[in-house]
Amino acid sequence: MKPLFLSHFTATSCIGRGLFQTLQALRQRKSGLTHCDFDTVDLDTYIGVVPGLDAVPMRAGMQAYDCRNNRLLQVALEQDGFADAVQAAIAKHGRDRVGIFLGTSTSGILQTELAYRERDSVTGDLPASFNYRTTHSTFSAADFARAYFGLTGPAVVISSACSSSAKVFASARRMIEAGVIDAALVGGVDTLCLTTLYGFNSLQLTSTQPCRPFDANRTGISIGEAAALALLERVPSSLDADAVLLTGIGESSDAYHMSSPHPEGLGAQIAMQQALTTAGLTSGQIDYINLHGTATPSNDASEGKAVVAVFGSDTPCSSTKGATGHTLGAAGGMEAVICALALQHGFMPGGLNTTQVDPTLPLNYLLENRDQRIQRVLSNSFGFGGTNCSIILCRAN
Amino acid sequence: MTTLTGYIDGIGLLGPGLADWPAARAVLAGEAPYQYATTQLPAPAALPPAERRRCGPIVKLSLAIGYEAAGAAGLDVSTLPTVFSASGGDGGNCHEICQMLASDDRQISPTRFHNSVHNAAAGYWSIAARAMAPSSVLCAYDASFGAGLLEALAQVTVDNTTTLLIAADTTYPEPLRKTRPIPDEFGIALALSPAASGRTLARIRGSKVEAEPDQLPNPALEQLRQSVPAARGLPLLRAVARRESARLVLDYLDATRLAVEVTPCA
Repeated sequence: MKPLFLSHFTATSCIGRGLFQTLQALRQRKSGLTHCDFDTVDLDTYIGVVPGLDAVPMRAGMQAYDCRNNRLLQVALEQDGFADAVQAAIAKHGRDRVGIFLGTSTSGILQTELAYRERDSVTGDLPASFNYRTTHSTFSAADFARAYFGLTGPAVVISSACSSSAKVFASARRMIEAGVIDAALVGGVDTLCLTTLYGFNSLQLTSTQPCRPFDANRTGISIGEAAALALLERVPSSLDADAVLLTGIGESSDAYHMSSPHPEGLGAQIAMQQALTTAGLTSGQIDYINLHGTATPSNDASEGKAVVAVFGSDTPCSSTKGATGHTLGAAGGMEAVICALALQHGFMPGGLNTTQVDPTLPLNYLLENRDQRIQRVLSNSFGFGGTNCSIILCRAN
Repeated sequence: MTTLTGYIDGIGLLGPGLADWPAARAVLAGEAPYQYATTQLPAPAALPPAERRRCGPIVKLSLAIGYEAAGAAGLDVSTLPTVFSASGGDGGNCHEICQMLASDDRQISPTRFHNSVHNAAAGYWSIAARAMAPSSVLCAYDASFGAGLLEALAQVTVDNTTTLLIAADTTYPEPLRKTRPIPDEFGIALALSPAASGRTLARIRGSKVEAEPDQLPNPALEQLRQSVPAARGLPLLRAVARRESARLVLDYLDATRLAVEVTPCA
């Protein structure tokens, strides 16, 4: 594939608002996970909360979109000069030549969950203030971004559970390569809600401790929330040495089970292999793998086997979900930003909370940060429904 | 503006009073009258029994039209990439979850939870079709048909692959129905190829445009077009049914629309 340039990127999660705080937390190996005190949730589990979202006022004219998910998206857009960068891209390419591709799994469903507590006792109606289109709808985040920037080009939400904001890179790439657009606002946003907390709990997939990816005694996920964004453009003729490029993408389906991964990670293998092929790389040329690493027993086992099958046991790898929690539809975007920081700042983030790496999964799993210049990284994102996506990011030089 | 080209090799359609593509083709071509009847969703025979029991209307609808289009095009579903575009997920399931979460018993079932993901239909499809090929799962609210068509045409053009677009919408029960009044289940599937073959029905060339969308002459069908996002694709299917060369405008995002040039092939 023709590489694309991540001209700007930003992320906001429980480990920080914007790149500076995010990088600092990764460098200092700080986890953002805390015991669950979200809303009225009575589960014994850990979560990754972005503080202060309840108090975020929506920008003038955007009040109709007010919900936790769009509040977080607005906060993220306004970090690191990202919104200014989008405006500059619009000025350069035109309003109709900048596309929007955002991933989310649950969008603003929290708004509907809350509205169901306030149904009219006689008619059963939802409160008049409830707005399906601007909050609950899966499209709401992209619709918000479209209105925020006044864009008239293609806009879409990709919603394939926990691969959503990795898959956005694939759709945006096709649209840029087809010549429909010149730049794409890509990324993901997902926020805490009762559906995912009680849903993952029903599957016995939430841990009572901060999640421990790839630990021999891992017991499940910690759900987090995040928004991560990138501006994708064609590669310009001259680039800074530490510019980050998207050079490979692989996508596949498991065709196995709705909520369990293929035991040998067959779909994951296909996605990773295809990412290498589209990047024109061999597995030995990847310096670091950011694993999906959710910390459920079956997910990590499946991914571990798949990584060994494609890469062998030497490639340094880790999951950063011990820091951020599993941010679901935002995970692919969040981890792409973490990979971009790792490439620019020359380090590999060691996994947090894990003490004893699962001896049945022979990986070079990093438990400490490693300071080392790295050139090429691969990031995995897999989801319910057996959806898999791997992306490869590289330094320009 | 860039134009994306694809060849329609197979069509699947299911909706109120429209039992399949042959029936819909006759209605759209003016050969048969349109008579409203509630959409009947067939049981998804291709799914293993456990999955067949667990899946909801959006899965049944998506699989029915997907298999119809792929079958008409003579495609091997196990190697076929797919684009699923829906303006919402399983409405009944969503209602049940929200109702439980607002009650004292919040223990939603695992099946309810995995059926709540927007890619449920894509997941069940890959299991039924044994398809490990990629699936793009989209939502663009009322623009979902246009978004799906653009994504599918981009796959055809850039990846030089045949792909299966499945655009489908299902209903919400009250109280959500009042806030999102989709009247009935409706879906369109298109098997789209990068080159013409003996099975090709029409060539389509799509591009963005700012113009008023085409309407349907039949008031009941026009009502359907306006009330179900997936039905925004009906003017395209009408041109294919009538075997006419046409340049038409499909509804997309607000003032941004899709111009589609249709040229019959077979």
